[in-house]
Order: sequence, then structure tokens, then C-alpha cells
Amino acid sequence: MTAPLLTVSGLTKRYGARTACDGVGFTLEAGEVLAVVGESGSGKSTLLGLVAGEVAADAGSVAYRMRDGASRDLATLSAAERRALMRTDWGFVRQDASQGLRMAVSAGGNVGERLMGVGERHYGRIRATALDWLGRVEIAADRIDDPPTRFSGGMRQRLQIARNLVTSPRLVLMDEPTSGLDVSVQARLLDMVRGLVAELGLAVIIVTHDLAVARLLSHRVLVMRHGRVIETGLTDQVLDDPQAAYTQLLVSSVLAA
Amino acid sequence: MTPPLIAFEDVGKRFTLHLRGGTMLPVIAGASLAVAAGECVVLGGASGTGKSSLLKMAYGNYRCEHGAIRIWDGARTVDVATAEPRAILALRRHVVAYVSQFLRVIPRVGARAIVEAAGIEGGLDADVARARAAALLARLDLPERLWDLPPATFSGGEQQRVNIARGLIADRPLVLMDEPTASLDARNRDVVIALIREKRAAGAGILGIFHDADVREAVATRIVDVADFRAPIAA
Repeated sequence: MTAPLLTVSGLTKRYGARTACDGVGFTLEAGEVLAVVGESGSGKSTLLGLVAGEVAADAGSVAYRMRDGASRDLATLSAAERRALMRTDWGFVRQDASQGLRMAVSAGGNVGERLMGVGERHYGRIRATALDWLGRVEIAADRIDDPPTRFSGGMRQRLQIARNLVTSPRLVLMDEPTSGLDVSVQARLLDMVRGLVAELGLAVIIVTHDLAVARLLSHRVLVMRHGRVIETGLTDQVLDDPQAAYTQLLVSSVLAA
Repeated sequence: MTPPLIAFEDVGKRFTLHLRGGTMLPVIAGASLAVAAGECVVLGGASGTGKSSLLKMAYGNYRCEHGAIRIWDGARTVDVATAEPRAILALRRHVVAYVSQFLRVIPRVGARAIVEAAGIEGGLDADVARARAAALLARLDLPERLWDLPPATFSGGEQQRVNIARGLIADRPLVLMDEPTASLDARNRDVVIALIREKRAAGAGILGIFHDADVREAVATRIVDVADFRAPIAA
């Protein structure tokens, strides 16, 4: 039996007396979308940082099944191996696009840079692939030479998605990718993400405070509060029949449009 | 001998309302019933007796608190009450279809695409799904000019027909139906009745709620009164 794509166990992070993430564990298979929901300060973004190795864990481990089929504890990778993994097989779509993009580089350059990171050197092919990906995220071809500073918030997020997906990663982390966008822009982005995830068979961990986003995109959900997972399960079961008092509060606090 | 497609065994459920001081709301208790291939079992009883809850527990939307709900996937039975989320998702892909009362619309996705996607998820090839989606929508009399529009602006009856097409497009052997004809006119009710009979003839089992007496008469092979499942839950 092969190991899951991602195995997270006992991840813990303390900031002084406060435990931001307390013994969180889960597994993820190829093609599965896991939503992590909770209010600000629940530890959900810390969890994502821990999984990505950007935040050093006080305890716990993250194991990933590499392309050769072997499951590796990410803590045992060399810095170079880890960098290579992050820029080829993993993606990370940030809440703040300016942290996930190079703002002074053109849109085409932002997509092309990830391709060059996997060894592509042929300018014509890089530009053609970048153009193809801009089209897939509905950015007009004549914007390829504009830097993202001239893009709207929704376009920046779409560019981030193109930049991350161009290397055909198997796992994509998303941190509140739609917050701060107008609702019509959100809907477009979510629909695009939904389509790409299904088409490419991506595994995704998406952190969101928006339960509608979790319902639309995810198969399973983790509900976090004070750094702990207080409820987990099938997304529609957790949202339609929440068991924990806190989940009931979250679900009942949403205004139905 | 193959087991029934679905068997509820002493199923019970209460809602615990933590935001109301932990009030317990009993929904159903001691529910036992089974549906075999070719049957259309209709859940009867007044509203509020837990009929929809039984369907939702079978589909995994609601947690089954007590008892077992065993679904036959063609090779083994899976108890939805205790199955992992992945096992329930696999049942939804290949075994169990659910036609809910209301369509949950997704922004920007057209009616035909919704139905096709449900077919592909249920194991159909893309071209088969495309042909079947068109045939079902035509049969359910959804005007072709609406096919590529997102159903958000459709009438209740039009949305319901998209929902029925989505639920029936793939060859899933167990179909759960919650008032699929509630907002349909007589002509479309007849289409749904015919579709249900065809599913049964193809060997599927149906468990449904149909308040309309004519529809119930036309489709039911057996009626189970849910009011019988109201015994108090033993502590």
C-alpha cells in the first residue's frame, strides 16, 4: 500500500505561552481538497506555514510522497531539495498577491520564472507556455508584458494561480485566496480554481474563514479554534450537521443570501 | 444472494443544539428498513417526522448517531454511520445518487455543464455524459436556450429539473429522492415518474419522499411510514 501524498502528524507551534497550533494531524491523497476553517487567530494560517516548512515546528512532522514514490519526512530534506520541491511539485497561493508574485516583473515573467526554475531555457517556449497559462486564468494576452502592479486584485490572484500551476504541481496550498476581493471577482476566481483542481487532479489545502468557499471547493474540512482541530469530516456533513458547539456557532453565524 | 442496496438498522438521531443550552431534539429512533434492487420505497408520514433526515443520513450529509446504514457497493457493504469521509465520497461517485429538493447553484456554471459533470463524476465518458445530459434536459422539457446559462436565475421548477437530470444521469444503483416533483407541472411529473420506472427496470433501487399522492401511487412499490420510527431513544 502506498503512503498518502501528504501525512501531517502532531504539528505543534508555540509562541511563548500561546500555542498557535496544537498537535494537528491529517492525511491528504492526490486530488483531495481539504479546507481549514476557523476565525482569525485560530491557527489555520500557522498550520499552512508549518506544512510548507516556512514556520519551524516545535513538534510533529510532515511527510510527502515524492514523485519517485518514496515518502520523505520534509525535515530530512536538504535546503536545496526543499527549494526544488517547493518550486516544482508544490504551489503556494498567498492571501496577499504581492507576497506570492514578483511585483516588478512582467506577468509573463512571473509565470516564466517558475518554468525556468525547473530547467526550461528556451525563450519562445517559455513565452508560449506563459501565454497559454495567462489565457487559462482569463488574463488577456496583451497584458503579458505588464507588471502585476498594474493589475486589479482579482487579476493578481489569477496570475498567482497561473504562476503556481505552470510547473504541474501535485499539491497546492492556498491561504485565503479570495479574501479582500469583490464578490463577483471571488466567484470568478473560485470557479476557476474549482475547474483547475478537478481538471489537473490537484491536492489542495485551502485556508479560509468563508464557509461557502469550503463548501464549494473542498471534500473534507478541519475546523480549528485556539490552535486545535475541534471537528473534522466530510465538508457537507460538518456544515449541515455540525457537532461541536463552536462549529454550530460558526455555521449559524453566516447570513444566507 | 446479494444484500439489499441499502439497509437501515435501528437508526436513531438527535440534534444537540449547543447554542440553545444543549437542547436535545430527537429526530428519529429505531428506524429499520431496506431497499432491494428494482424497488421504489417511499417514506410516508407527516412533515417533521424525519423523512429527509433519513435520506441525509444515508447520503452522509447528516451524521448517523445510532445504528447502522449499510450500502452495498457491488462488492461489499459500507456502513455510512462509521465510514471514513473518503469511503462516503466513493459511494457518492459510484453508488448513491441524491436528488435534493433544491439545487445548489454554482456561479458561472451552466445547466448542461452541471449535469455533464455529474455524469463524468459518476464514471461516464465525456461524450456519453454530453449526449445523456442533452437527452435528459430535452426530455425534462428544459428549453434549449437555457442549457448554457447558470441556473441561478431559473424558476424553481427549472432548477428542480436540472437537479433531477444531475441525479439520474449516471448509472448509480441507488437513488435517494427528496420531493423531486414538488415544483413541477403535471407533464414534467409524468416524465419523472417514467424516469423512475426506467431506473427500476434497469435494476436500481429508489428511496424517496413524494408528498404528491398521484406520484406516490405511480412510483411506489412499497410505502414505509416513518411515524413508526418515533420510539424514544434509550439513554
